[in-house]
Amino acid sequence: MKLSQRVVSYLQVAPLALVMLVFLGIPAVMILTVSFFDYDEFDLIPRFIFGNYVELIESGLTYSLYWSTIKFAVMVWVLTLVIGFTASYFLVFHVRALFWKIALFLVCTVPFWTSNIIRMISWIPVLGREGLVNKSLMFLGIIDQPLEFLLFSNFAVVLAYVHLYTLFMVVTLFNSMARIDPAVIEAAVDAGASRWQVITQIVIPLSKTGIALGSIFVIALVMGDFFVVRIMSGGQSASVVLAMYNEIALLQYPPAAASAVVLVIIVSLMVWGILRIVDVRKELSN
Amino acid sequence: MDVKRKKTGSKGNPTNTAKVTPETSWAERKVSRRDVLKGAVVATAGLVAGSGVIGGFPTVWAQKIKDIKLLQVGGSYSSIIDIARQASKELGFTIKMQNASSDALVNRVATQPKSLDIADIEFWMVPKLIPRGVLGGIDTKRFKLWDKIVPIFTKGEYPDGRKVSRQGTLPYEVQYLDGPGSKKFHDGRSRWATLVPTIYNADTLGIRPDIIKRPIEHWHELLNPEFKGKTAILDVPAIGIMDAAMAIESRGDIKYGDKGNMTREELDKTIKILIDAKKSGQFRAFWTTFDESVNLMAAGEVVIQSMWSPAVTAVRARGIPCYYAPLKEGYRAWASGSCPMKHLSGLKLDAFYEYINWHQSGWQGGFIAKQGYYSSIPETAKKFLTDDEWGFWYGGKAAKGDIKDPYGKLQEKAGSIRDGGSFWERMGNVACWNTVMDESRYMVRKWNEFIAA
Repeated sequence: MKLSQRVVSYLQVAPLALVMLVFLGIPAVMILTVSFFDYDEFDLIPRFIFGNYVELIESGLTYSLYWSTIKFAVMVWVLTLVIGFTASYFLVFHVRALFWKIALFLVCTVPFWTSNIIRMISWIPVLGREGLVNKSLMFLGIIDQPLEFLLFSNFAVVLAYVHLYTLFMVVTLFNSMARIDPAVIEAAVDAGASRWQVITQIVIPLSKTGIALGSIFVIALVMGDFFVVRIMSGGQSASVVLAMYNEIALLQYPPAAASAVVLVIIVSLMVWGILRIVDVRKELSN
Repeated sequence: MDVKRKKTGSKGNPTNTAKVTPETSWAERKVSRRDVLKGAVVATAGLVAGSGVIGGFPTVWAQKIKDIKLLQVGGSYSSIIDIARQASKELGFTIKMQNASSDALVNRVATQPKSLDIADIEFWMVPKLIPRGVLGGIDTKRFKLWDKIVPIFTKGEYPDGRKVSRQGTLPYEVQYLDGPGSKKFHDGRSRWATLVPTIYNADTLGIRPDIIKRPIEHWHELLNPEFKGKTAILDVPAIGIMDAAMAIESRGDIKYGDKGNMTREELDKTIKILIDAKKSGQFRAFWTTFDESVNLMAAGEVVIQSMWSPAVTAVRARGIPCYYAPLKEGYRAWASGSCPMKHLSGLKLDAFYEYINWHQSGWQGGFIAKQGYYSSIPETAKKFLTDDEWGFWYGGKAAKGDIKDPYGKLQEKAGSIRDGGSFWERMGNVACWNTVMDESRYMVRKWNEFIAA
């Protein structure tokens, strides 16, 4: 007996669908449900209320948290995009030998063989008041007071994010740039295009998918983070998730669930916006 | 330790324990206890250490209890693996331990109560957890040493009858229950308790005397512009706000009704002062873990900050001077205790009482004393400390020899005196206790504003 094409497709999708349903779908529904619950100091009260959302929307805190989180997301996105684009461009178009291409690409991933936390915490002895950078600069006589902004500051947060997440841009961009037919570029050069024109009119449009996917990774990761922000700012900057974490610490699940739902909506809107600009499906099916 | 015991070969002769090094004397004491264990009272060996022994349990019971495994979850400062190993060795059944940060701990006990057997929690968590009906509570009749516990816990007063500060969650206020399984606290003593208090301390500010170069005597120094950009507080909202309140009250900005239970108005004012201080660059960082606080101080990022006692020791262990300054306004104290989870019954519950009776019989008290923490029954801990150690940790006396940590590493040189002095000088001067406020919902929101500012 031969299964119909349709059944085969469903069977192929089934394992992932099941995993997603159990580990994403059901918890998401639970969070949504709890976000409408009332609560007192000791317990959840299963009663349908909008209070958690009203409190969230009316609070100035929500807006300042989103402002600071989105600010980080945008800064990190721009920086990772520029660095990721340059690195991938170099790897794809300047490194001729395939061996070196792959070797250098692997070198990019080396730092990622260690854990996120170690990579982040290693910055502390480098940037601290008595850290490597300050000690060196003072030794060279460039500064006579340690630079305080290096650590426990927004600078440190952005630096750590860029360090942690640039690879996501490199990988996706490398992938889409590698698919660009070199003949197209040769043709453009033959027709008299400058290098800049090649980049803006051929490479960027043809690596839109990579840019979009990389952006989704980076933005979603920054929006959902609380740990990097906490450690690198020395606890002096907040993020949406950090505020949620503080609520959970005191067993205030419903308001935390409500902010989780709002965060999911906002990140989904951002992803939707990116996908509106770039039709990833069309590009991938090529 | 085991190896050492075999090498010495001595079978716990009490006359020679006095001369040997602390570790050996520990090992030997264990031997003597083990000998008791091997004797007729196998089943109840956990109850020894001076107190009377009840015998008479059937042998079957003793056989069965061997298969029992109890999982204790608690803070890293209190659920220490060495204690679990020692307990398992002496009791004949297995104690397992897991650590969790206070946030993770309170969430786990509240939402997955069956995932653990013994809750090792701080007293401020008790008013959050008792109404949820997840804790089993304690029958004080089954805990042999209840009356030996320092009266701070059992009566809410000092031995001289003075009342202990009730700002925040004084353990005594949440120490007793109306009855077994009750969700209501009992005013005054009762047979039914919430936790067996096990470990506690008085916290204050840690400073770098080599950089500050003058005495620090008040909490308000935390907000002194002299230390701009070089101070830190704890970023655990419920506790950080107490340290901030100690500083603010000491500076004279606010006179709190109860620092441990602020009104909305007090919270508003407190957070406003904190935000102003933050904006003017007073704080270098807000720390959350033990290591962070050690690194901040050791790396010279911070010269004055809220700290825990062993963190001060850890800074000193790196050869960097650090002083746990006793302050005029007093200490912020905390206390932890253990209780069985509600789902424990029968043999498992019996095993819990075996364990907790052993736990407070001295070995644990001696161990944690060497980390700077106090036992709820100091007299039992004393048996597991040398006279010099007892004098240093509890007596506030100058150490005659080097003071070592529980693992035998040098901690304080001969001649040093514990910062803040003796047990009663420190615990007798508690200004407030770690707590969760009635307005905790509002407090968290304000704290988030402070961090986001």
